[in-house]
Amino acid sequence: MRILERFGIVLILIGIGALMALLTPVFLSPQNLFNVLLQVSINAIVAVGMTFVILTAGIDLSVGSVVALVAVTVGSALHAHAGTFVSILAGLAAGSACGMVSGFLIAQCKVPAFITTLGMMSVARGLALIITGGQTIHEFPPAFRFLGTGYVGPIPVPAMCALLVVGVAWYVLSQTKFGRHIYAVGGNREAVRLSGINVSRVEIAAYAICGLTSALGAIILVGRLNAAQPIAGYGYELNAIAAAIIGGTSLSGGEGSVFGTLVGALIMGVLQNGLTQLNVSSYIQQLIIGSVIVLAVMIDQMRRGRVSIPWLRLKMTKSK
Amino acid sequence: MIAAPDFTNAPEGHSLPGAFYFDARMPIAPALELSQISKRFAGVQALDDASFSLAPGEVHCLVGENGAGKSTLVKIIAGVHRKDSGRMLLHGAPIELRDVHHARSLGIGEIYQELMLVPTLSVVENIFLGNEKTAWIHGQLNWKEMIARTREVLARLNTDISPTACVKDLSTSEQQMVEIARALLLEARILIFDEPTGSLTAKNTEDLFRIIRSLRDKGVSMIYISHRLEELGRIADRLTVMRDGKTVGTFGIREIDIPGIIRLMVGRDLVAAGPRRAIDPSAPKRLEVRGLCRHPRVLPASFFARAGEIVGIAGLVGAGRTELVRLIFGADRADAGEILLDGARKQIRSPIDAVRNRIGLLTESRKDQGLVLGLPIRHNMVLPVLGRLLRWMRIDRAKEKRIVDEQMQRLRIASPTAEKLVLHLSGGNQQKVILAKWLIADCRVLIFDEPTRGVDVGAKAEIYGFMRELAAHGTAIIVVSSDLPEILTISDRILVMARGTIAGELSRDQATEENIMTLMVGGNGNANS
Repeated sequence: MRILERFGIVLILIGIGALMALLTPVFLSPQNLFNVLLQVSINAIVAVGMTFVILTAGIDLSVGSVVALVAVTVGSALHAHAGTFVSILAGLAAGSACGMVSGFLIAQCKVPAFITTLGMMSVARGLALIITGGQTIHEFPPAFRFLGTGYVGPIPVPAMCALLVVGVAWYVLSQTKFGRHIYAVGGNREAVRLSGINVSRVEIAAYAICGLTSALGAIILVGRLNAAQPIAGYGYELNAIAAAIIGGTSLSGGEGSVFGTLVGALIMGVLQNGLTQLNVSSYIQQLIIGSVIVLAVMIDQMRRGRVSIPWLRLKMTKSK
Repeated sequence: MIAAPDFTNAPEGHSLPGAFYFDARMPIAPALELSQISKRFAGVQALDDASFSLAPGEVHCLVGENGAGKSTLVKIIAGVHRKDSGRMLLHGAPIELRDVHHARSLGIGEIYQELMLVPTLSVVENIFLGNEKTAWIHGQLNWKEMIARTREVLARLNTDISPTACVKDLSTSEQQMVEIARALLLEARILIFDEPTGSLTAKNTEDLFRIIRSLRDKGVSMIYISHRLEELGRIADRLTVMRDGKTVGTFGIREIDIPGIIRLMVGRDLVAAGPRRAIDPSAPKRLEVRGLCRHPRVLPASFFARAGEIVGIAGLVGAGRTELVRLIFGADRADAGEILLDGARKQIRSPIDAVRNRIGLLTESRKDQGLVLGLPIRHNMVLPVLGRLLRWMRIDRAKEKRIVDEQMQRLRIASPTAEKLVLHLSGGNQQKVILAKWLIADCRVLIFDEPTRGVDVGAKAEIYGFMRELAAHGTAIIVVSSDLPEILTISDRILVMARGTIAGELSRDQATEENIMTLMVGGNGNANS
């Protein structure tokens, strides 16, 4: 029962996967599976950072715009012949700087996270448009594009990046002092403050990490598209939040894991991929994915015994 | 340890002696009768074949340690939880409660220990929440009537709270009165009080008792849960003792004394908290506070605590006690003043500084300020000291387990593992987890703010024992408490605060409930320092 509680979301993933495999023969081919990994990698990376923020009971609506800002920063740097390495560093710095600014405003100036990051969403997008004058920057050196398009054996590089990010984040959250502080701040901010812990620093770091993962996602995106667009990353914030929430991270903070987030991103990716294989129109896909997000969370809540729906005669006993 | 008041001298609240009172009404069906009620939560047997009967027009007290099942029992009566098995009769007729609304419509009202008010709404809005009075035009609120009725019921409670005041601006004690007013307006035939006096001042408690007596005279049946056993003799007609989810006995109030109740509650005799120690008057001043203030709640305060000394701080709710100790801990910023630890001046601007200087604070509200409820015992205990457990960035799990297990045993925390979420612990065990946190942080000054509020008698005695033990090892201890017997039991020296200042200081030999009370209400104590 305990295992089911922990891995319930994995079962949902397997269930959706099995359904897709039944409906379309190509779904289970190795090539297609790697393709799914490639498609989910950027969302997974961004969602890992989002998980840090949501664990502290915050939210970051600016990740999509930060992706765009980092994309054009890296693109401009590359075109200014700054070199691949320096350009990537500049992008990562820009992303974490955005996160740090948001984090500072939220932790120190007590502006609600929703408002702060809503503002940052507009500011970062505006900066991206200003830097490029609204134009797309094309054509980058192959060394840089490797991050987005390369393969190591059969495995796409972005998928490897995503797994690496998840692994590092898992380590940080479960094995380090900072990770413990993240969960504790989300659970009860005041109790943590009164335990002599610098809560602001923890919060700022969480937003900085979210900015950093957005930057990484942006770099992979630019590599893949061979283009840096100031309108990149539209809707990424919602995908990242959805992945984290489907993966069991509680919006009220203190509860969740990056593995859950990875599974959440995979569920969305598998659905999208499978539906495309089935020639379902993208309009209907949106409808289905939206419903699945809500349904997954609803099933999860019932599984945890938090809700019962008498008229549906659905009640699952609480284990623990 | 706990003084046994003489129940035979109970104040003249009603004219009939308890035993006769019931005999006279016995032929009438009980207002409420529960038999063989069981309820399980997530693997815990909260109620196990509990039986309970409430006569019309009686005040029936439920006592028991935390986790004994009192709250679960009354929540089943109030329709909050549904019983797994057993029978419930209301005025002699079998009844299956569906939910709280169902219970209310049958005249069962409840007042919880945790406040259930909407802080941003006004008093009148809270009182009529879900029960709004509408004028003849459909849906339009009849403010005039609602305010008038609120004013009337508040007047009956002898409080001067304005019906239009915003609830969040009221003190805890006033909020409790609003809660009571709400239940009174429901005109319930059965009223449940779950620890109503926990946050009431002495005056408000008196008013509440007066109201309970007058309701009883009108035939309202009341169930009253309290940890303050001294109170029972003054209002109860009968009492039922619960232990481990079972009802272990029901008694007329004169048939049992306090030591007898405690024996039934804990199933054993309590060990006395140990002999009083003599304090070495030449011991160094561990903590000294000079002119610490934060306007307007704390006016410049100066005092000290020696190594090994337990200093009690008494005062009414709102006298500035909590605010003063929060300044020492850096939880709030002081306007002025200095803090000396072992004779050296220390800047304490935040809890970070306090913990670094080995000062610990057990806050008055465990759930809001002391614990991360959704995390396991282990995580809570080591929260302030994670930095010390690191082995190259990583938390050393073996070392952590050693430290945590040691405290679990030392403080006798009742949980099979340290992985249990603190959410699922009783009040006493939660308090022990917070204490363990500060023990691990190796504090030289420990501040307890209301250390035993909502803690059962067994754990209470244990906590007093730990305080004495810590003091014996040289820790300076400061105890803020509204419970005078507690202050008198535990303190070596007592400071009394009134209206933001330290109104007086009493040595253990001078202190009595009367002279503390005199200083508390701002009278001229002859022991002013």
